[in-house]
Amino acid sequence: MATTSEHVRGTTYPPRRSGSRLVGLVSRVRELGLLVVLALILIIVGVQVPQFFTISNLVQILLSVSILAIVAVGETLVVLTRNVDLSVGSIVGFAAFVAADLFKQHPGTNLLLGILLGCALGLALGTINGLLVAAGRVPAIVATLGTLYVYRGLDFLYARGNQVSASDVPESFLSLATTPFLGIPALIWFAAIIALIFAFYLRSTRTGREFYAIGSNPDAARLVGIRSGLLIFAAFALSGLLSGFAGVLWGARFATVDATAASGLELQVIAAVVVGGVNIFGGSGTIFGAMLGAIVLGTIDNSLSFLKVSQFWLQAIDGAAILIAVTIDAFITRWLQRLLIIRRQR
Amino acid sequence: MKHIWKFVSAWPWETLLVVLLLLTIVLGNALSPYFLTPFNFSLMVEDFVEKALMALPMTFIIIAGEIDLSVASVLGLASVLVGVTWHAGMPLWLVIGIALVVGVAAGLLNGALVTRLGLPSLVVTLGTLALFRGLAFVILGDQAVSDFPGAFTNFGIGDVPGTLIPWSFVLFVLLALLFMVTLHWSWIGRQIYATGLNKEAARFAGIGVRRLKLLLFILSGLIAALAGIIFTARISSARADNAIGFELDVITVVLLGGVNIFGGRGTLVGVILSLFVIGALRNALGLADVSGDVQNIVVGTLLVLSVLGPNIVQRIQVVLSRRRLAAESSKQA
Repeated sequence: MATTSEHVRGTTYPPRRSGSRLVGLVSRVRELGLLVVLALILIIVGVQVPQFFTISNLVQILLSVSILAIVAVGETLVVLTRNVDLSVGSIVGFAAFVAADLFKQHPGTNLLLGILLGCALGLALGTINGLLVAAGRVPAIVATLGTLYVYRGLDFLYARGNQVSASDVPESFLSLATTPFLGIPALIWFAAIIALIFAFYLRSTRTGREFYAIGSNPDAARLVGIRSGLLIFAAFALSGLLSGFAGVLWGARFATVDATAASGLELQVIAAVVVGGVNIFGGSGTIFGAMLGAIVLGTIDNSLSFLKVSQFWLQAIDGAAILIAVTIDAFITRWLQRLLIIRRQR
Repeated sequence: MKHIWKFVSAWPWETLLVVLLLLTIVLGNALSPYFLTPFNFSLMVEDFVEKALMALPMTFIIIAGEIDLSVASVLGLASVLVGVTWHAGMPLWLVIGIALVVGVAAGLLNGALVTRLGLPSLVVTLGTLALFRGLAFVILGDQAVSDFPGAFTNFGIGDVPGTLIPWSFVLFVLLALLFMVTLHWSWIGRQIYATGLNKEAARFAGIGVRRLKLLLFILSGLIAALAGIIFTARISSARADNAIGFELDVITVVLLGGVNIFGGRGTLVGVILSLFVIGALRNALGLADVSGDVQNIVVGTLLVLSVLGPNIVQRIQVVLSRRRLAAESSKQA
């Protein structure tokens, strides 16, 4: 980058059109593109099915993506550092069952205690992932593929084939998800606040920027004194914590929880993150983008039922979305590199 | 004694696997009196043969520095296609042919995205894991096809006449020999190792890295489809959720077999030993009434340990050698 800006300074180009600005521009174009896609879906489906484009259905869409969005925030942190967390679905499921089961066994338990228990469980499981990757130097894909099945197995052991249903848990637990605040369900507020906090953290704090540095150039990040290991550990721990919290909300929202809850959620989460423009090679992408990705996928999901398309299409669409998103990213990167080379040659 | 020590120092990982296998056999024998019977061995082999087949190309792919997470989904898709095409009244040869062709196409898609666009195989095959499984659900939904002819299902559960050796195991042994010769005694094998050790150097040495990887992904798709046909014949049922999660066992087998996740290192001997370790372990736990999801705790832990263990050993070796160097230099001073 240094050579580019030096060269640029000597030409008629103003310095602000350097490479990094260009990268920023591209990610903004990427998010704008997503907004256009979202608008197109809303308009096309809305024209065909008038009930689709109502406030109550739009709230319904946001409600359905809220849990996914919270997990996607954690996944974004991990992916930014050039890692991946495949175990999030199992953590959400485990925390959901443990929290719901707590209220079933002890209906009088303080609501906050249940939330804390779910979060603590998520944090503990995320910590194990973080230790394996950061201290044990196990590649994230292997470590979290292993823990995906280990955590799910522990969930099965803990559940012993039991199920918690809506009638087993107190009303206060169920209202955790649906209680409206200023007319909007609490679940959406939780997701929005978490997204805002982490968006600010990643955008405007020093350690936040260091997540980007690790992912964009691990060697350089180490040379400038960034404690990569610690931050990668933190990313996994936070991903676990957020998944644990999302698990409690899952229990509150769906009420019926068994040991298979949230199976395969990791695919939806990763789809949301990469569709939202978070580069799978790490180093670029925003929380805003990931949220947009989650909303686009949720809107497609929602419109399928309005268009009377079979729900069996969902997983195929998630898979195709991942592939299309990374393909587009690859082409954008290539185009960007060519552009930078041309600029350097001038 | 001397010979044994020589073997141990030359093949430390394989020795470890032999020890693990012996431990598993002792454990299995303690858990159930039926574990060490020929009939149970036959069952164990039958139960594990699809995973064993898929582990062969997976070994090649991981040694070449890539990974294929989509194998279980290709298996599921092939199984569904077998069911649907048979149900539509197609002859058996065409049913099998279509499944294999789709397996090749699936591998081609994986390989093309990885080699032509330079995308990481981890993400591509995670995407196709969802896509292929999703397509299986789109085609068959929650239905099942199970009206297969005896000739087809017999291959799945039949044994070589007069023995307890399943036909599918014979197929595996033949393929395993072919893969072993290819990897350890042919130029293709040398190219796979070279690619995994240093992609750039391999390219400068004149190896068509991209074509090689493309072929490996196609091979993986083909074998996964073959495994899908065998699986369908064995359980005599084509369902969209067939073999969900099999990729865990396949990848665990390969990494526990001593294949380096970063590519370039590993042997098929290790992988085959590790196949028996995981196969016997699952079988023993199954005999002890441990459910599949709980068995996954053990297999998942083994997966993590197979990478974590060597890392820790290496770290200790580095620390020890540093200490020795420090001691020597202080002596000299």
